[in-house]
Amino acid sequence: MSIKLRYFAWVRERVGKPEEDIEVPAGVTTVGELMGWLASRGEEYAHAFANPKVIRAAIDRTHVKPQTPIKGAGEIAFFPPMTGG
Amino acid sequence: MTALSTVRLQREPFDAAAEAASLTRGRSDVGALVTFTGICRGDEAGEPIAALTLEHYAGMAEAEIERHVQEAKERWPLLGVTVIHRYGRMAPGEDIVLVVTTSSHREAAFAAAEFLMDYLKTRAPFWKQVEKAGEKTWVEAKATDDAAAGRWNAGKQQAAK
Repeated sequence: MSIKLRYFAWVRERVGKPEEDIEVPAGVTTVGELMGWLASRGEEYAHAFANPKVIRAAIDRTHVKPQTPIKGAGEIAFFPPMTGG
Repeated sequence: MTALSTVRLQREPFDAAAEAASLTRGRSDVGALVTFTGICRGDEAGEPIAALTLEHYAGMAEAEIERHVQEAKERWPLLGVTVIHRYGRMAPGEDIVLVVTTSSHREAAFAAAEFLMDYLKTRAPFWKQVEKAGEKTWVEAKATDDAAAGRWNAGKQQAAK
């Protein structure tokens, strides 16, 4: 399954790119599992996803939780807690 | 009755007075107008800052703000809502965000403006980075902002009971 991943703020800086298209292995089914799998992809990913509890996620531009299934997702974004306003 | 609403994300500065005036011009049903402007402070944690840069998730930010404007319109009898949020680099003293609400009476206008600001702080995909002493650091989310946004959920749950 190919998914577009997008990164913002310090997650983007640590991964080293704003977005990428990625082939997700079949065993990875939730947002939380995806973060765990990403953390295993290299030093920069391990650094970005070292503490998944502080990372928020959105699927197709809607906030989701770590247990949300990723099946059917077109775009998944990862970012720190928001600080707008 | 459908309240007029406007949501804009932009790099350019906005004119808060002109935005407020456009919600009352030519009508006599508005009895209350509340405007809130968030401004870039010149200090962060007691130290002077050179600038603030706001990063945002284009597409999601508009949708998320739009959703909360709709919710505000369902919760209070509003006549108009305008939300403008800037992104990019801002110097101390520059305006960052504007919320304008109008209603027949003040309670709805005050409450809706506060509700929208609390949600913008914690749910709209924007991230602030400060530049101070030649260093750039990301602003950390505050627990007090989460608590401020959370109280509106508590109100909703009570209302549903």
